[in-house]
Amino acid sequence: MKLTVTGNVKEYADGLTVAKLIELEKVETPMYVTVSVNDEFIASGTFEETVLKEGDSIEFLYFMGGGQR
Amino acid sequence: MLLSNEQMERYSRHIILSEVGAKGQKKIIDAKVLIIGAGGLGAPAALYLAAAGVGTIGIVDADNVDLSNLQRQIIHTTPDVGKAKVLSAQETMNAVNPHITVNTYHEFVEASNIMDLIAGYDFILDGTDNFPAKFLINDACVLAKKPFSHAGIIRFKGQLMTYVPGKGPCYRCVFREPPPPEAVPTCRQAGVIGAMGGVIGSLQAMEAIKYIIGKGDLLTGFLLTYDALKMDFRKVKLPKVSSCAVCGDNPSILKPFDYEQAACKL
Repeated sequence: MKLTVTGNVKEYADGLTVAKLIELEKVETPMYVTVSVNDEFIASGTFEETVLKEGDSIEFLYFMGGGQR
Repeated sequence: MLLSNEQMERYSRHIILSEVGAKGQKKIIDAKVLIIGAGGLGAPAALYLAAAGVGTIGIVDADNVDLSNLQRQIIHTTPDVGKAKVLSAQETMNAVNPHITVNTYHEFVEASNIMDLIAGYDFILDGTDNFPAKFLINDACVLAKKPFSHAGIIRFKGQLMTYVPGKGPCYRCVFREPPPPEAVPTCRQAGVIGAMGGVIGSLQAMEAIKYIIGKGDLLTGFLLTYDALKMDFRKVKLPKVSSCAVCGDNPSILKPFDYEQAACKL
């Protein structure tokens, strides 16, 4: 199935979960990433059970500090 | 009050813009912006806002200038090492534009002082380096109904979003609560390209200016992400979260509070 992951369309295996996608995409700080699917946030405790479907658009939002020192 | 001849000349490149004009410049001169953190983000933002003629600019920072700051914090110069950042920033800003008032607050933001600090300002810039401060600024601005610009930078990446009361999500809608200390790398640990502060801090200044003149679309409901290595800017849509602890329908956070000290201060 085709998914749009951070703006790029790519082919993935059917039945892929958000947790598995985080692993495949080598997301940094996977414990603390915010994930949205089709512009809705996915609760952080539900990544294992959230199954993606054809055409879904996924974004990863990261904590970013920095700036002052 | 009409603009003086000196002001007409100083701000001529603003005034010639149809979106600004003398009327918009007057709004800029009358505006009050608070910059929290005179570092990588706050330095360029403060310089541009001072140059633009923002009439009152507050700067909050408890730190002194360190030699390792100068790679990116362009408001401070080599002779400033050891000086309070707020004073160093004030001097540079007033050298650029002697007509503005720069208020200095040589302290860190905390639950006990933040409401008083933001009270007199129209727009707040978060240029802090740690998550407890970012959440504190968010909560205080939501509670006080103040618009603010959030930003973060690390390595070759940066991000920002703008909160406007009643319009779109807040920082806590997206990130819920700070990560545990040391869970997420800081600039001190991971490094950052100096120009990243210039890119993202300038975008924060741009958001402040647009808010002041009331033109264009702000980054409300979007997180702008910038990847310098890929030279990729993206606007990621953010939903508003009705269950948000501070801006949601039944908020549980009714006054600002402090989290444990940040990783970067260890």
